[in-house]
Amino acid sequence: MKTIALRFFPHVAGIFPLVLLGSDVLGNRLTVNPIQYLTLRTGWFALVLLLATLACTPLSRWLGWKQCIRWRKPLGLYSFAYASLHLAIFVVLDYGLDLNLIAQAILEKRYIIAGLAAFLLLIPLALTSTTSWQRRLRHWWKRLHRLVYVAAICAVAHYLWLSKDPRPALIAGGVLCGLLLARWRPGRWRAPSNAFPKKQA
Amino acid sequence: MYRDPTIRSSDITPESVYIHRRAFLRGLASLGAGIALGACGVTTSAVDAPQSPTVGDIEQRDELGDPVNTFAQITTYNNFYEFTTNKEDVARRAAGFVTRPWTVEVTGMVRQPRIFAIEDILTMFDQEERIYRLRCVEGWSMVIPWQGFPLHKLLSLVEPTAQAQYVRFETLYDPDQMPGQRDRYFPWPYVEGLRLDEAMHDLTILSTGLYGRTLLPQNGAPLRLVVPWKYGFKSIKSIVKIELTDTMPVSLWMAVAPHEYGFYANVNPEVPHPRWSQATERRIGEMGRRKTLPFNGYAEQVAALYAGMDLRQYY
Repeated sequence: MKTIALRFFPHVAGIFPLVLLGSDVLGNRLTVNPIQYLTLRTGWFALVLLLATLACTPLSRWLGWKQCIRWRKPLGLYSFAYASLHLAIFVVLDYGLDLNLIAQAILEKRYIIAGLAAFLLLIPLALTSTTSWQRRLRHWWKRLHRLVYVAAICAVAHYLWLSKDPRPALIAGGVLCGLLLARWRPGRWRAPSNAFPKKQA
Repeated sequence: MYRDPTIRSSDITPESVYIHRRAFLRGLASLGAGIALGACGVTTSAVDAPQSPTVGDIEQRDELGDPVNTFAQITTYNNFYEFTTNKEDVARRAAGFVTRPWTVEVTGMVRQPRIFAIEDILTMFDQEERIYRLRCVEGWSMVIPWQGFPLHKLLSLVEPTAQAQYVRFETLYDPDQMPGQRDRYFPWPYVEGLRLDEAMHDLTILSTGLYGRTLLPQNGAPLRLVVPWKYGFKSIKSIVKIELTDTMPVSLWMAVAPHEYGFYANVNPEVPHPRWSQATERRIGEMGRRKTLPFNGYAEQVAALYAGMDLRQYY
């Protein structure tokens, strides 16, 4: 029972935001500026799920929750799905596919550049998230997927640069720093030959 | 009501509106009674304004032909950080904000410094209707039918001295009523400023109401500034102090982020903000975007104020 609950957790976490959005639509809670509301909500969901993805490895390592490792893939893919929705709302609903205006916005706004960079970095990771790609790319797969750290930094920069009050974004940045630091293991970089670290007691 | 001389009144005031004005006047009359009761010790607040289901459905348009936003839109989507930074939640947090008694101190470089009671302001100055576009620096806009009177009428009364060059405005500081002011990230109270010639311009008004009703707290009750050719944050709310001075006031937003917010803050599609596009805007109630107009569409009336100035430098 517990195992099933653990297996389904990432799907619950990934679909719950969609349920929230649906209830906002049905409950007429999109505010008088619905496009902005949908943009902000989908962006927020993408960021939270991306941070949750990055929390899996530390949780598994420090708390010994081995199950967590399997959550990375679905959580990461859900994050990518919300990021795609976020971008689609921006391009289609907000800017009505007006390429001139979009190009101007990209050139003018560093936060849009950072957000776009985060999204572009996530694309190859989403495409190669299957086991067959993992096998095909061998050790390159792991290196490729380290891009998720860069994507997360870009996503937080995107959030920070668009916020009038920087504090929520700084909190997200603090969480990200903590998650990145939690990965650091002394000696790891000095001894790359030790590809399979000893099992923790 | 402000009218562009080139536009006939019949072009901008449909008959239905004209008829509805009677309802507005009845509303104002009963409100006046409410204020009188307030003076007798019965508590009243701006929230007790008469409710009319037809308010918001009336087809009024600005001089460019765009319809006014609904009462619901104008009163549920507000930037008023003194209550909360959440635009959708300001109305709830601000409900019950006490606006009586209320005084406005007019001081500084004037010959006749004076403290006005809000009741005096409401009776001394004829309240006119002005349909203005409001363009927020965040890239959204509305059309709002304000009631109010030109600021120059009040300023003339206190007689600015020859040294006065700027007008500095201050919002109430009352953290008990305005919980957002407990957030020390911002240097409260809210301060805004205008050059004296901007303040004396006929488009610049002090507003006491909208849609024929007393101003609600979320819109800046009981008295706020409206400067339609500048970004919305210049139009300071819930004013308690107006000071004439010879030094350029430092507004709250200039103090918080000087690279983002200048003193002038004229609506200008040519000067981008690091976060929000100023080339386009979303009119609340519309999908998509529309082009932002220089000086928010009031260039003909106000561009002369800035003749010879580099508006990229003085943003």
